Parts: sequence; structure tokens; C-alpha cells
Amino acid sequence: MLVNGRVAGVSGLLYRSFSDPRRHYWALLFLAGLCLGTGIHLWLSGQPAPKFDQPLSTLLPAAFLVGVGTRIGNGCTSGHGICGIGRLSQRSIVATGLFVGTAIVTVFVRSGFGGL
Amino acid sequence: MNLFVALIAGTLFGFGLAFSGMTDPANVIGFLNLGGQWNPSLAFVMLGGLAVTIPAFQLLIPKMEKPLQAKIFAEPNKVTIDLKLVLGACLFGIGWGLSGLCPGPVIAGIAYLDWDLILFATVMLLGMYSGTWLARFLPVSD
Repeated sequence: MLVNGRVAGVSGLLYRSFSDPRRHYWALLFLAGLCLGTGIHLWLSGQPAPKFDQPLSTLLPAAFLVGVGTRIGNGCTSGHGICGIGRLSQRSIVATGLFVGTAIVTVFVRSGFGGL
Repeated sequence: MNLFVALIAGTLFGFGLAFSGMTDPANVIGFLNLGGQWNPSLAFVMLGGLAVTIPAFQLLIPKMEKPLQAKIFAEPNKVTIDLKLVLGACLFGIGWGLSGLCPGPVIAGIAYLDWDLILFATVMLLGMYSGTWLARFLPVSD
């Protein structure tokens, strides 16, 4: 933001770098960096990679919802939660409250019925 | 130069996410699980992020006429709260609650070369395209 004048929301960057890569090399590089940074941490820390052990029957519908929701709602945790609230944007404060709230309810319902 | 800064910013972000355990969905679900054994780490990471962005965006940016390396600040709309925003945030919240994964850690986590996660990223991207298409049918209030 300070340097490039842009807000870094991962969902938006991802979409743009796929739909119009020529105009968004910077977005692609940011995402590459994201991956690189985590790779460096994995290498330096010597800790094992986290486990992604949920069944695909949960993971894939969830992935689809995350994709659809971040596009319709124009942002995810980094865009609304960090940058948007940082700009004191009312939209982002409402969005963050809603997605954190629905996520808490989702986990609550699942732990009640599915036993987490 | 801009491209280099984007790469460095991304790398710092990715390292920070992994360092703070946010690339592990168990920590995220632990945070969301208020009814069970609550794991507050996500709250600290989020507050840490805001401790930088709020002062930086409120104090520093208004004093700058333009960014260091670009012509203008590209600022999204701040105030319109419409059906799209509400519906989108709720759908995203359900997906996030189910999986413990949101776009940042998913992309960062590709570094772990885990097939489930790569599949997640692919379906998420598919969801994004569907979302763009769906959004055309939702009313826009501007």
C-alpha cells in the first residue's frame, strides 16, 4: 500500500492474476512470494507441514464456497479483515463480522453434530 | 521495482502465516471453536496485522500525496453495504468454518505440496469464476 498504492487481498489478487495475468504481474509475484515465504519457513523451522486431513467431501464444497463467497463479497480475511479494517472501511468491518460469525456458527454446528 | 516489492511483501506475508501457525487449519478451527477448547492464536495474528495497518493507513497515507512507487492509491469502496457483500461474506464464512482454510493460507500452503490443498485451491478458483458469474444476477446499489 505505502509503496505500490494497492490493497493486498489474497482472494482478489488470485482472481485477477488468473483472469488477466498480463496486467497483474505484481499480483502473481505477491502470490508466488506467499508460497515462497511459507516454503522458507518450512525449510528453516524443520517443523513438519501441517496436516490437511479433512475428507474431500468436506474440503471441496468448502473450497467452492470460499471461492464464490470471496468473489461475491469482494474480499477475504486479508482484504476485508486486515486491509479493510485498517482503512476503517464500514463495508469491511461488516463483512469481517459476518464471515467470522458464520464460520463460528459453522464450527459450532459441526462440533455439535459431528463431534470435533 | 514494484514487482520486486510485491514479491518481498508476499514472501513476508507467507513466512508470517506459516510462522504463526495460520497455515494449519487446525489452529483456525481452534479459534472458531468457541464452544470447545478455544485457541486464540488467530486473534493475536489478526490484531498484530491491524496494529500495523490501522496506524499506517490512518496516519501515514493521508500525509502522502501518492505512493512511493506508483501514481495513485487504488482504494476500494468503503461504505456500500449491499446484498452482495452480506451474501458473499456469509458463504465465505461457511466455507472457512468447514475447512479452516481461507485464500491466503491456501496459496501459501501450496508450498507443502499436499494434493488435498492443491485440489482445494483449484476448486476455490472455480468457485471464484462462478462467483463472478453469479454476482451479475445480484442487485448492485451504487
